[in-house]
Amino acid sequence: MTLNDFIYFIIIPILSVSVLLIVYRFVKGPSIVDRVIALDLIITTGIGFIGAYSIFTNRPSFLDVAMILALIAFLGTVAFSYYIQKRNK
Amino acid sequence: MTDILVAAFALLGAIFILLAAIGLIRMPDAYLRISVTTKAATLGIGLLLLAAAIHFQDFSITTRVMAIILFILLTAPVSGHLIGRTSYFSGVKLWKDSVMDDLENKYHKASQELKSENINNADDSKVTSEKDTDSKY
Repeated sequence: MTLNDFIYFIIIPILSVSVLLIVYRFVKGPSIVDRVIALDLIITTGIGFIGAYSIFTNRPSFLDVAMILALIAFLGTVAFSYYIQKRNK
Repeated sequence: MTDILVAAFALLGAIFILLAAIGLIRMPDAYLRISVTTKAATLGIGLLLLAAAIHFQDFSITTRVMAIILFILLTAPVSGHLIGRTSYFSGVKLWKDSVMDDLENKYHKASQELKSENINNADDSKVTSEKDTDSKY
């Protein structure tokens, strides 16, 4: 089994299953805070996808996208928490 | 040899992300879910990106990966604290088996102020008496 097969048949399916589980919590989540947490975790898993995919295709330029995505996840969580807190005032 | 190391790190990272997802499903409370998200997912992402750095073995890529890992390590606790604070202030309930709530009676709902001593309002005392009767069962 080469490294590409390992990434393709084991790593990426595990990440896909975890994204499905997180989407279940995103759809079901009782409060809006749970949905924000699930969204944050989906973006974080996306960074993991990009890391695995850059190993799979041998293209390190995908890692730039991961950096931007990490920034957007942090900004999104901060903005959501700010506006949820403001809405309740 | 390098391939085995890359595969081991990537597998560990993927398993930690899967554990974070399972924890998000299984945990009974928004606060416990926040704790799962900030710890397990950060470790999983760090291990996956470390696998990429070992695979390419290039100085510029290693620097990039280290920058991403440092950024995530810095921002995950901050965002976790912010969203936890917001959920407490917006009235998300604690799990029914939670042992203690340090902020109980110390947060004024109308003015959104935190105090170190108890705030003795008519509303708050009523709420605590209800909570006390609840906790006896």
